[in-house]
Amino acid sequence: MGPNISSASVIVCFHCGEACYELVIDTEGKKFCCQGCKLVYEVLSENDLSHYYEIANHPGESQKRKSFQTNRFDYLDDVDTAKRLLDFQNEHESHLTLFIPVIHCTSCIWLLENLNQIHSGVVSSRVDFIKKKVQIKVLRDKISIKELVSLLSTIGYEPKINLSNLEEKVEPGLDRRLIQRLAVAGFCFGNMMLFSVPEYFSEAELIDSSFRGLFSYLNVILAIPVVVYSASDYYRSALNSLKQKQINMDVPIVLGIIALFVYSLWEIFAFQRSGYMDSLGGLLFFLLLGKIYQQKTFSTLEFDRDYKSYFPIAVTKKVKEEEVVIPLSKLLVGDIILVRDEELIPADSVLLSTTASIDYSFVTGEGVPVPKQKGELVYAGGRQKGDAVLLAVQKLPSQGYLTDLWNNEAFQKQNERLLEPLSNKISSFFTWSVLFIALASFTYWIFIDLSVAIKVFASVLIVACPCALAMSTPFTLGNTLRIFGKGRFYLKNASVVERLAVIDTVVFDKTGTLTDPANAKVNYIGEVLSQQTKSILKSMVERSTHPLSNRINYWLKDVIGENSIQVKEFKGLGVHAIFKNQEFKLGSVVFTGFNKKVENQVGNVVCLSVEGQDLGYFKIESGLRTKATEVVKQLAPDYELHILSGDYSHEQSYLEDMLGGGIQFNFQQSPGDKLNYLKNLNASQQTLMIGDGLNDAGALQESSVGVAISDRVSHFSPASDAIMDAEVFGMIPNYLSFAKSSRLIIKASFILSLLYNLIGLGLAVQGLLSPVICAILMPLSSISVVIFTTLTTNFVALKKGLLTSKLV
Amino acid sequence: MEVIFLLIAISLILASTFLFLFFKAMKDGQFDDNYTPSIRILFESNSKKSKKDQPSKPKSYE
Repeated sequence: MGPNISSASVIVCFHCGEACYELVIDTEGKKFCCQGCKLVYEVLSENDLSHYYEIANHPGESQKRKSFQTNRFDYLDDVDTAKRLLDFQNEHESHLTLFIPVIHCTSCIWLLENLNQIHSGVVSSRVDFIKKKVQIKVLRDKISIKELVSLLSTIGYEPKINLSNLEEKVEPGLDRRLIQRLAVAGFCFGNMMLFSVPEYFSEAELIDSSFRGLFSYLNVILAIPVVVYSASDYYRSALNSLKQKQINMDVPIVLGIIALFVYSLWEIFAFQRSGYMDSLGGLLFFLLLGKIYQQKTFSTLEFDRDYKSYFPIAVTKKVKEEEVVIPLSKLLVGDIILVRDEELIPADSVLLSTTASIDYSFVTGEGVPVPKQKGELVYAGGRQKGDAVLLAVQKLPSQGYLTDLWNNEAFQKQNERLLEPLSNKISSFFTWSVLFIALASFTYWIFIDLSVAIKVFASVLIVACPCALAMSTPFTLGNTLRIFGKGRFYLKNASVVERLAVIDTVVFDKTGTLTDPANAKVNYIGEVLSQQTKSILKSMVERSTHPLSNRINYWLKDVIGENSIQVKEFKGLGVHAIFKNQEFKLGSVVFTGFNKKVENQVGNVVCLSVEGQDLGYFKIESGLRTKATEVVKQLAPDYELHILSGDYSHEQSYLEDMLGGGIQFNFQQSPGDKLNYLKNLNASQQTLMIGDGLNDAGALQESSVGVAISDRVSHFSPASDAIMDAEVFGMIPNYLSFAKSSRLIIKASFILSLLYNLIGLGLAVQGLLSPVICAILMPLSSISVVIFTTLTTNFVALKKGLLTSKLV
Repeated sequence: MEVIFLLIAISLILASTFLFLFFKAMKDGQFDDNYTPSIRILFESNSKKSKKDQPSKPKSYE
């Protein structure tokens, strides 16, 4: 059956579920919105894989916007490049892991795990749904990496391969090591507890006293792995901090561990008593548990992306009328490159073709393509919309207008500077007081009884061990991180919460952050539009993918489109339609042949003409994001507010009207200016930068906390400390005040654990500490602190509207 | 009571074995992805079945 083209508008594509507007292809009784979707269906049904469509409804991804250029994977022929994608290789097999962002449903998993039915060269494949990765094993002589990638692309699952993938492979080893340490501590702790039970009931003579010695020695053996292996990170961290002449939380912990271990050894071997080995095991077990709890990661999100993650890894170079695909790293100044529709410009270049239409949404957050003429400079990071263009490279990809940012020192240093965690401040005070109390009670007892004096000295160190103190921070921050995550505000790590709590200055990027392309203000100027013209207009804009068309479409609201109309889109120029032999044109001034003067060339202008006669034009300006006004007004009393923008200052008065006074505006800021602006603010303030595009990357990096706003969180965001779903933008004031509350909760739990310490110390200085009291007091204080922090953070989150009551 | 010595030895060996098996499983990546297997287990074991079903299938979509 041949393709059957009709113009009904309610048919839904069998493959991707999108409404079919322009073209409906009918095969075997199934409708498809484009050739791409149909192709995928055919490939799957030929290989008996149409079960794909049974698992989920319309599981596919629309293939409309896909590039069908056949040589785009040619760079994988380059042995070096292809090799860097591999995890493992022997003479028969290659193993590789690919990131496929479109993985979204059960059908995706099923299909990708049945790849071997499509191509016999695939041995097996396994999907990690959460990470959106697929690990594939292939036979080397049957299928090449390039063929594999093309195959995935044909079935609609194009892997995303970028420069940073190729440069390094991130080992997931760190987290595993921590879990191993916890497992060892847990194993030893559990067994030591069992061996210590008779001791707790020693009065009752549960068991023959001859076992006591054995149990104590077993405890010593079990304590060794805990002290040597499980606790090793604490020694390292404490040593590091002492080297820098500071005392962090780990110093008193190490002091406690050593005191517990040495004193217990002494008791066991010198006096055949039982020691405190079980408490030692419990201590490490709870501490490591807290550490793991704090390490909540959002595995699909990447916080450290730089420009390399966005840039293409290969470019098409023109060499004497021939097109050669070369890896980006081999691009030189002066090369002539070909950039096709929807491709990213990899380097600052001069336009050689007559016109181009460049979409800088990656860079600025503004989605409307900018027209460029021959000879103009185009910057890296732009995306060509429309026909392929030729460019002459002016600067290397790593040294362009935008990428130069990453050579700034802000990107070299670690983000740890700025704020010393609350726990460190307290721990140095804590350590000195404990040492003081221990020495004071030691000198008091030394005049009465030397052996009691030693015991008291050791028990003060043991009982004052800041177990509860050390756990309040990770559990509070860990829980805060989770609550933020549920609210689609994803922090890079727990220390961001603490930094967020002390913010006093908020800096917004304007375009794409405070303004939202989707909330555009559309003004029509010209002859009044009749109902029919509106209908025609509706059909025209509906079939165009240009962002300005979408905005006019939104402006037209419920107008119903015309059916018998022929519409054709000229990418980067406009839309052309023929209705009842009349020619309609909607698009740029040049495209429509607009004669009338368009006043005030600010914002975007879309002209409409009929049969070459001007009708009128639309002026489209970006409007404020929903709730932007509320957010700014709520923040204004407590924070100093700044707005940075790369645009001209013509919108200042409008923004002032909308957002209220007291905001410092800065216009015409280049990415470097933004970075320096933040640097100056940082001298005296704690800054929060909220931005979205790559041009904010420098400012996001330089600020105390950089938050990237993104409409599609897992798809795109510049390097930052936190990523926020654009939909929850209105919650920013709540999030900031919640971070402040978390800090208060940490302080409150410090007080709680200090109370426990006072009780313990009270017993210890009197020489009354026994293994039983130790075994009760230590876990009790830890657990009650954990319960306290968890409950209070959830309660505060509920009060601030960050949680629904169901989740608590 | 001497049997306790034996029991202690057995219990420690048993517990250590579990610890060792846990490490081994972790090294093999058993805990790397704890979501996908829950979906995978619901798939039909192979697609030969779906081949058989094919003629009757289109009805179920509409």
